[in-house]
Amino acid sequence: MTQEQVAAPEFDYGLFSYDSKEQMLDKSKEFWNPGKTQFWIDSGVPLVIDRREEYFIYDMSGKRLIDAHLNGGTYNLGHRNPEVVQAVTMAMQHFDIGNHHFPSLARTALAEALIKTAPAGLSKVIYGSGGGEAIDIALKTARHATQKRKIVSIIKAYHGHTGLAVGTGDDRFSKLFLSDRPEEFPHVPFNDLEAMEDALRGRDVAAVIMETIPATYGFPLPNPGYLEAVKLLCEKYDALYIADEVQTGLMRTGELWGITKHGITPDILVTGKGISGGLYPIAAVLATEKAAGWLNEDGFGHISTFGGAELGCIAALKTLEICSREETRSMVHYIADYVGMRLAEVQATYPDWFIGIRQNGVILGLEFAHPQGAKYVMRHLYENGVWAIFSTLDPRVLQYKPGILLKPEVAEEMLDRTELAIGKAYAEIRNERRSA
Amino acid sequence: MSEMTYEPLMVEPAGVPRGRAMVERADWAARAYAKYDVATVNRIVDAAASALAARAQEFARDAVAETGFGVAEHKLLKNVACSTGIVDAYRGQDFVSPEIDEVNKIVAIPRPAGVVLALTPSTNPVATVSFKIILALMTRNAIIISPHPMAKKVCVAAAKAMAEAAVAAGAPDGIIQIVEDPSIPLINALMTDERTDVIVATGGSPVVRSAYRSGNPAIGVGPGNVPVLVDSTADIQKTAARIIESKAFDNSILCTNESVVIAEEAIADKLLLAFAREGAYVLKDEERDAIRSTVFPEGHFNIKMVGKDAVWIAEQAGIKVPAKTRALVAPFELVVPEEPFAHEKLCPVLGFVRVPTAERGIDIARAILRITGAGHSAAIHSANPELIMKFSAAVPVLRVSVNVGNSLGASGIQTNLPPTMTIGTGFAGRSSVGENLQPKHLLNYTRLAYNSDVREVMPTFAGLNPWTAPSGPVPAYPTASNDRNNAQVPAPIHREPISQDVAELRDEIRKLIVEELHALIKN
Repeated sequence: MTQEQVAAPEFDYGLFSYDSKEQMLDKSKEFWNPGKTQFWIDSGVPLVIDRREEYFIYDMSGKRLIDAHLNGGTYNLGHRNPEVVQAVTMAMQHFDIGNHHFPSLARTALAEALIKTAPAGLSKVIYGSGGGEAIDIALKTARHATQKRKIVSIIKAYHGHTGLAVGTGDDRFSKLFLSDRPEEFPHVPFNDLEAMEDALRGRDVAAVIMETIPATYGFPLPNPGYLEAVKLLCEKYDALYIADEVQTGLMRTGELWGITKHGITPDILVTGKGISGGLYPIAAVLATEKAAGWLNEDGFGHISTFGGAELGCIAALKTLEICSREETRSMVHYIADYVGMRLAEVQATYPDWFIGIRQNGVILGLEFAHPQGAKYVMRHLYENGVWAIFSTLDPRVLQYKPGILLKPEVAEEMLDRTELAIGKAYAEIRNERRSA
Repeated sequence: MSEMTYEPLMVEPAGVPRGRAMVERADWAARAYAKYDVATVNRIVDAAASALAARAQEFARDAVAETGFGVAEHKLLKNVACSTGIVDAYRGQDFVSPEIDEVNKIVAIPRPAGVVLALTPSTNPVATVSFKIILALMTRNAIIISPHPMAKKVCVAAAKAMAEAAVAAGAPDGIIQIVEDPSIPLINALMTDERTDVIVATGGSPVVRSAYRSGNPAIGVGPGNVPVLVDSTADIQKTAARIIESKAFDNSILCTNESVVIAEEAIADKLLLAFAREGAYVLKDEERDAIRSTVFPEGHFNIKMVGKDAVWIAEQAGIKVPAKTRALVAPFELVVPEEPFAHEKLCPVLGFVRVPTAERGIDIARAILRITGAGHSAAIHSANPELIMKFSAAVPVLRVSVNVGNSLGASGIQTNLPPTMTIGTGFAGRSSVGENLQPKHLLNYTRLAYNSDVREVMPTFAGLNPWTAPSGPVPAYPTASNDRNNAQVPAPIHREPISQDVAELRDEIRKLIVEELHALIKN
């Protein structure tokens, strides 16, 4: 009998299993997304995330990586943060997604908590199931409030892929699906106030939507005073200011919401990714009383079965509480200080290669002197045990986003690995140039 | 109906994760502070000590009000002694800069423990908090205080005042933290956290024992039960004054207050008379029995008596004593475990035993310490050095106060021992430390040692110092990297903190459900 026993699959996950990583990748191409699967194989990052905990992710091969991208801040609190896991597990004894038709226990509780910690003036919360939907809600809300249609965003902006959100972003994602609508979604250059004023002057703009720091564009920092001036222009030309805080919120800049560092009270604020605790999808739109008028006019105006799912609300409540702690804020300041200092030292070693550090708190864009520089660095980081991704819309720049609860010894290790990878990427590029 | 109730799983109490966050923050702060230079450290220590001393009276009063025991004026004295007093005692000593031993070719570089977890008692609340904070700051450690729950309000206020002053003087953010709502699970979590570098436990034996069981390095000290030998060579007037003053100090809630006086028969009556002149009331036999059953009903100490004054205690036993009575003296005969007066008393009741000779007194002192208090302290009042030496060698304690009250003698306030609020009880008292707790106990040294071969010369290390002063707040405020010349730290936005813990939400839900059920039943 023992001889006849079939060997157990090497990768057994209970409901499913794989014999090998190769088999998994083949199936991924066959049944899921061949383009994406192949892209990472070709990029030298054949990562299939298996185990995950704290700020560590493990490839199926067992290779450990320090997560320094966090899926755009989704894993702000680390992977499977025990406090959030506990809160959601506990909640599952009583709650499910909930029923969007009715007043809801958890949605109301989270809304109150969000408003209590938000910039003053924001007073209502509308839920989506993800960032894209939340952006759509924000844009629809602005259109309703102003009875205008145009939405101004910056060139190379990224606010998601849903119906309206995709219009605010780069052509790459809208034209593919014949969804570009330039007449409704004018794009203006970032940090260009004149262009912004030109776009608003006609008073036909419902809202300007801005990431407080544009992530997918490689975190170019707003010039000092730029966002403040854009807000003033919005007021001047009767447009609303929508702060996309999906990647800059939840203490990543060292304050709970990045926009408050600019002294701006937005008309609408959008949060997503990290607010889920990385465990249950949820996103939220916070709006002023004035902007959120449709909630009185027709409370069923936007319906979302999964938007504000009650389990997600529990995850978000816990996440918000952790992010709001005095201890967390203090740690983010320490981490930002330490990471910035170490990277400045690395930059001093490779001044011709590592040419810029864009930093606000633990949001960092690392600029390299090569049009695809961040892709090289990403690959060497991967080989050396760190996961960070190039910026889709500016591949010179690496998105480097350490966790807000990072322990000092992990921060040190991450920087040791990063320093080596940056040096190796430089050597590779020099070799290419020499042999070219 | 039962399926409608919200059954939480077994989970950690709400405060525990918050405690872990404090340790993580302390870890960052400790790393930063460990690089500070001595001048900055001195400035920070002075600032923190002054902040406490400036409010010493208020904290003394509040401690008595919150705990219900002790004497405010005595606590004031201790608060000052344990803040600016401690700083003055160590003025000029350097626990920061490398020490060079040219003869032995060794350089010792101070290395702080890191994160100090301090457990502080209810009996000596603010003084101990302040003492441990000052020691931690002097040695460049971060400290987390877990105060006794009975004294948490005043301890939190005191620690926060010191923390603010320290940070304003340049200390790293979070260098001093205090648990606002201590609980057993939280303390266990803090004690067993691997980022806790050392636990300094002052308190009851259970606290101290669990500190040692935690798996982390710990400095915990055992209880006291102080025997005092008075022989026929002692100056009786002075001795009586010193003993009664010391016994009455803070209504005798310190571990250093005298427990039992052992008097040589020849001077026993004279000593009792002198006690009476000093404001003590010597109990007659039936009064003594009444006090015994009031203070130790069923043979166990009544915690209501902790730190109460002598008149109040006498009243509870139905005894009328003069209004100015400071201590009750209870003569008894046999020092054995079943005699309550031979145990630690934590209130101004002083045992009194006669012995035919001083030699016999040594045996009695040993008998007292067999019951409890080994390793702690004893006192002797005598002019006979031979006896004093014999007593000190025979009695298993690590400090003997000679011709001085033990309360402030053993703690180094009226002797030249290191001033302390934590008395190391050594091996005899199941502790890792036998001295009075002092700054060096929170430090290690890295010793760089040269080849002892005379041909290998150690170059001069004079003037080499790895430590620096911080250039601004630590950590720096995270200003955007393109705006650093123009950096303005925005005022933090103070809005209502989120208290909407999941636990609270759960309670809310439970309430709602109960209300719903009531409504259903009514209809």
